[in-house]
Amino acid sequence: MSVDLEKILRPVEAEMKPYEPKYMMLASGEAVVVRQVFRDEIPDLLKHVEPLIHVERDYYDVVAARVYAELLGYYQYRFQDQYVLALQVDGELAAIVNGRQVTPTLGLSLHTLALRRGLRIGAHGFAAKMEYHIDTLGHDEVLIVAESPIGFRRWMIEYKLEKRFHIPHELGGVPSWALTRELFDRARSKLVVGRRPVPPELLDKALESILPPSDPPTPALDPLAATRAMYDPTATALVQQRWEMEKGAGNA
Amino acid sequence: MRDVYVAGIGITTFTRLEYPLVEIASYASMMALKDAGVTEVDQIYVANMGAPRVNHQTALASAVADSLSLLPAGAAAIENGPASGAAAIKAGFQAVASGMDDVVLVTGVERMREVNNLEATDFVATLTHPLTEYIYGVTLPAHAAMFARLYMEKYGVTERHLAMVGVKNQNAALNNVWAHLQQGITLEGILDSPEAMTNNPYVAEPLRFFDACPVSDGGAAIILVSKEKAQELGRPMIRLSGLGQATDTHAVFEREEPTDLLAVRKAAKDAYEMSGLSPEEIDVAELHDAFTILEIAESEEVGFFPKGEGHIALEKGETALGGKIPINVGGGLKGRGHPVGATGVAQAWEIVTQLRGDGEKRQVEGAKTGLTLNFGGFGNNVVCLTFVRED
Repeated sequence: MSVDLEKILRPVEAEMKPYEPKYMMLASGEAVVVRQVFRDEIPDLLKHVEPLIHVERDYYDVVAARVYAELLGYYQYRFQDQYVLALQVDGELAAIVNGRQVTPTLGLSLHTLALRRGLRIGAHGFAAKMEYHIDTLGHDEVLIVAESPIGFRRWMIEYKLEKRFHIPHELGGVPSWALTRELFDRARSKLVVGRRPVPPELLDKALESILPPSDPPTPALDPLAATRAMYDPTATALVQQRWEMEKGAGNA
Repeated sequence: MRDVYVAGIGITTFTRLEYPLVEIASYASMMALKDAGVTEVDQIYVANMGAPRVNHQTALASAVADSLSLLPAGAAAIENGPASGAAAIKAGFQAVASGMDDVVLVTGVERMREVNNLEATDFVATLTHPLTEYIYGVTLPAHAAMFARLYMEKYGVTERHLAMVGVKNQNAALNNVWAHLQQGITLEGILDSPEAMTNNPYVAEPLRFFDACPVSDGGAAIILVSKEKAQELGRPMIRLSGLGQATDTHAVFEREEPTDLLAVRKAAKDAYEMSGLSPEEIDVAELHDAFTILEIAESEEVGFFPKGEGHIALEKGETALGGKIPINVGGGLKGRGHPVGATGVAQAWEIVTQLRGDGEKRQVEGAKTGLTLNFGGFGNNVVCLTFVRED
């Protein structure tokens, strides 16, 4: 008797309402579009996530490695009830946020990966996925962890999350925190922004293709390499360092 | 008194630097030494505010002297709050001007991001009056907010004016590869759009996020020399022509009129008198914009504009690159960053860069004179310097 093993391996996905796209203006004056990304677009995301696995800075390496695995798992039908939102500025990928539905009343936040820094893009993405959990999917609460100090400040402190330390989070089994509907409602006026509907020209640009980020996080330069080479009479290291900085690669 | 010249300058990128404090100071110092073409110095002054508290390090100048193999030069650290940098330059000036030393290295350094933002804010707040300010939770953002509110009521400054300073300086930093903030911002994005309040929330009303400088690590250094030594080294002849320093009450509430920054006024007046310059003769200035309101207020107190009219000049673009008196064209503290002990030296670094004509995209055309204003405490210890290119 033959068995179609794929049917056993592939999870049966729950029906989840789609996320309605929105847009907002950043401090830079640029508009960022937040929209849901489905399975067919995952390969476009993977190629932009992979380089970040090698960025040993601000926990980009661990976050990107996990996001890559989650997206790949989603793409290959090995992840239960995951959703992915992308934030795009003029088509360029600026952030990826994802999570999943645990039960019809409980959500789980997976990751927030900002590919552009300094404009609260990650924070806007996180707010959008909480909006998806609470408002669209109707979850009563969302389990959350942070893998970086930046994440801890953005989620645990800004949203005043409640402890659910008795629940190991799916990300590494660490103690969970929770955003409840009440907490989200309290944060809504200050932290959750966005306008709908998205003007067609903005949405079309975002849907057209996911362009690579023009200024992605890069491995930290060693701005003090020259110090260690201070006995180098030709100052080669110093000069080279300066050239690199002048090319703008060293400024985060 | 002998004339004193700046023969060399150096700086690190201002950002989060995960290196030992001494290494940051050494890097900036080494660049300045190489720039000047000297391998030995008579004296080292290291400006720093927080090393004992934040980095668990004391006797910083001794460590820098050894790190750079500058032994047996004399060395001393100078702590003078956020005005440490310019205070160290003053000490270096005195050493050369008096004839005691011919070559002095002045290095400013701070590594504030070794601790989190709350601890960094608290560490800076220790400069406030311990009994009448600090114990009540007064921080520097709180001081600046109260000052801004008074300024708004008295002179008609608005949140838009504050935001205009923030936009001007943060965008100016895009032309400075060493600056901390490399992200352009717009008035629409931080003030006018429906999302502005989230992008740019109040930190201490009426000051918002983009009204404050970032918390930065970094170092800057200059080499001060006698005229004979400067001529021998052959670098552009940039003379430190004027110097003024003044203090004001420790507790801000004791001032008769808190919107008058008397120490700024006095320090600038003394610097002008010493240099023989007037405010109208300054080509480029570095003011201490730890908070946007300070650039407006200081631009008046140093004599660029009448009291209460700094914001009007700002509106007219007079403080931007190409304006009547370009201010903070390298980003200022707002865009370049504010590693407190390094700031006063970094301001001198920027002015010397300008007077040498090396400012590239941010160059003030034909700049021959420059001014720096390093603002310590909440205006209770201020150092003003003027520089002149002579050749």
